[in-house]
Amino acid sequence: MSKEPDKSRRKLLVGFLQGLGLSFIGGAVWAALVHENKHDPLVLRPPGAYPEEEFLKKCIKCGLCVVACANRDNVPVDKYGNKKVTLKLAAPGDNKPVGTPYFIPREVPCYMCEDVPCTFACPTKALDTELLKNEEGKVDVNKARMGVAVVDYHSCIAYWGLQCDACVRACPLMHKAIYMDLRRNRRTGKHAMLVPVVDPDYCTGCGICEHVCPTDKPAIYILPRDVALGKIGKHYVRGWMEAEEEVEKKIQERAEELKKWQPKRPEDYLNTEDLLNE
Amino acid sequence: MSEVVTAVAQPQEEEREKSFLARNKYLILRRISQLTILSLYLAGHYLGWKVLQGNLSTSKLFGVIPLSDPYAVLQMFFAGVLVGTEVLLGALIILVFYGLLVGRAFCSWVCPVNLITDFANWVRVKTGLHQEEYRIKLSRKVRYWVLALGLILSPILAVPAFEFVSPISMVHRGIIFGMGMGWVVILALFFFDLFVVKNGWCGHVCPLGAFYSLVSRPAALLRVGYDLNKCTECMRCKKVCPEVQVLWMIGKENVPVLSGECTNCGRCIDVCPEEALFYTLRFKKTGGGKDEA
Repeated sequence: MSKEPDKSRRKLLVGFLQGLGLSFIGGAVWAALVHENKHDPLVLRPPGAYPEEEFLKKCIKCGLCVVACANRDNVPVDKYGNKKVTLKLAAPGDNKPVGTPYFIPREVPCYMCEDVPCTFACPTKALDTELLKNEEGKVDVNKARMGVAVVDYHSCIAYWGLQCDACVRACPLMHKAIYMDLRRNRRTGKHAMLVPVVDPDYCTGCGICEHVCPTDKPAIYILPRDVALGKIGKHYVRGWMEAEEEVEKKIQERAEELKKWQPKRPEDYLNTEDLLNE
Repeated sequence: MSEVVTAVAQPQEEEREKSFLARNKYLILRRISQLTILSLYLAGHYLGWKVLQGNLSTSKLFGVIPLSDPYAVLQMFFAGVLVGTEVLLGALIILVFYGLLVGRAFCSWVCPVNLITDFANWVRVKTGLHQEEYRIKLSRKVRYWVLALGLILSPILAVPAFEFVSPISMVHRGIIFGMGMGWVVILALFFFDLFVVKNGWCGHVCPLGAFYSLVSRPAALLRVGYDLNKCTECMRCKKVCPEVQVLWMIGKENVPVLSGECTNCGRCIDVCPEEALFYTLRFKKTGGGKDEA
């Protein structure tokens, strides 16, 4: 009847819709920005970090890991006396998820502190000491899997047959994470050569190898493990490495899986009523 | 009759001549507070002082007491993360501190963005850009929409959404851990507040300010009190207040400032020549009633 309440209700509704419209456009821009920003497949995280997706959820961007890294004992200094701190907190323009900790091994690698101050400093367990526990349940920095070293053997001078073992000598897990492999030098045909080979089962991704590599651009470098490593299916069995029972068990498991696998029988998709009706 | 008037007017005349320190008491105290907190964070990072380490998202006070941004924790919860007891406790401490004790004081006494936006506003006033005719109006409710949007986007993006774009964190982190391109953010905030909307970021858009407004609305103890009897309605408080809507009672009602949007910055107290505005506690009776006037 009266126009007054109707008008005010309409005004409220229109105001709400205006807010909604603005929120949608703002939200879309905002979401796109965050979505782009959080996507960096090559970022290297401190020890004990969860896989990237989980890490980004849990990291509150407080920088306590960076503070712990900067204030640990025996921080190396460069020739000007400046501290060489491994961890950085991503600032705008670093092209890393903003506010999250990362490191660039070529500049400053992770020095693998035995007491892992960065991981212990994390208040949200985005860096979790649980992920660093060894078989005895003790926190062991060598269980860190920050990435994995990859050798570009086209640029590695050891693969030319020159004598260089800088990366192996620098590796905190020398002869385990990287070892020198004896190869025949096919170029000369009569010499041997020693080339670095990475064992991903031991490599922590600390990046000291990348840091010391003498080539202009490092011939050995750290990549995130999910970027660099493949994945072998369960049905491939290394009989020569695994105990016989183990192999037998895997075969049994596979047989069980195959029993469950039921391919569609022809009756299921041929001569159905639908088809007959057509 | 005229004698009485002069007798009353006389002390007013004197009080109007407040000294520089008295005119800027809380402003100076706020700057000291803001800069001290920043310095402690800086010393925490570069010198290893264990007084205040981390940043405004989460810190450690004296190396043990956790302090966490409750809005960030809430976003993380919406993103699907149950943070540990340490951070929850930190968020609780902050919630109690601002929500029950000092109100929205974070914005004016702690946040580094306040330094930028206050400077922008100072330039605005000096250059006359603050005049009504140049003013672009933006609803102060925008911040509550942004607050809600942050919580809606967090589960969609599976990360705490505002924390990825928050200029507050970018500026604060930038000062402590390295600015990078963060100066663009600082300039953007400065220009927005200087040329676009008066008190634009802090008073209209910032969801963290909105969050603290909401949590300090019901019960925050520290309030700005108002004594209608002493007020001469010179309106200096309204000219200086960054959240001018909270001073609706000036010249009207004898009630303290109860809105959660008041940042307890104390600028109104500083500029008031009659001591009609003052810090008080929420449930304390202040001033004479209207009937006394």
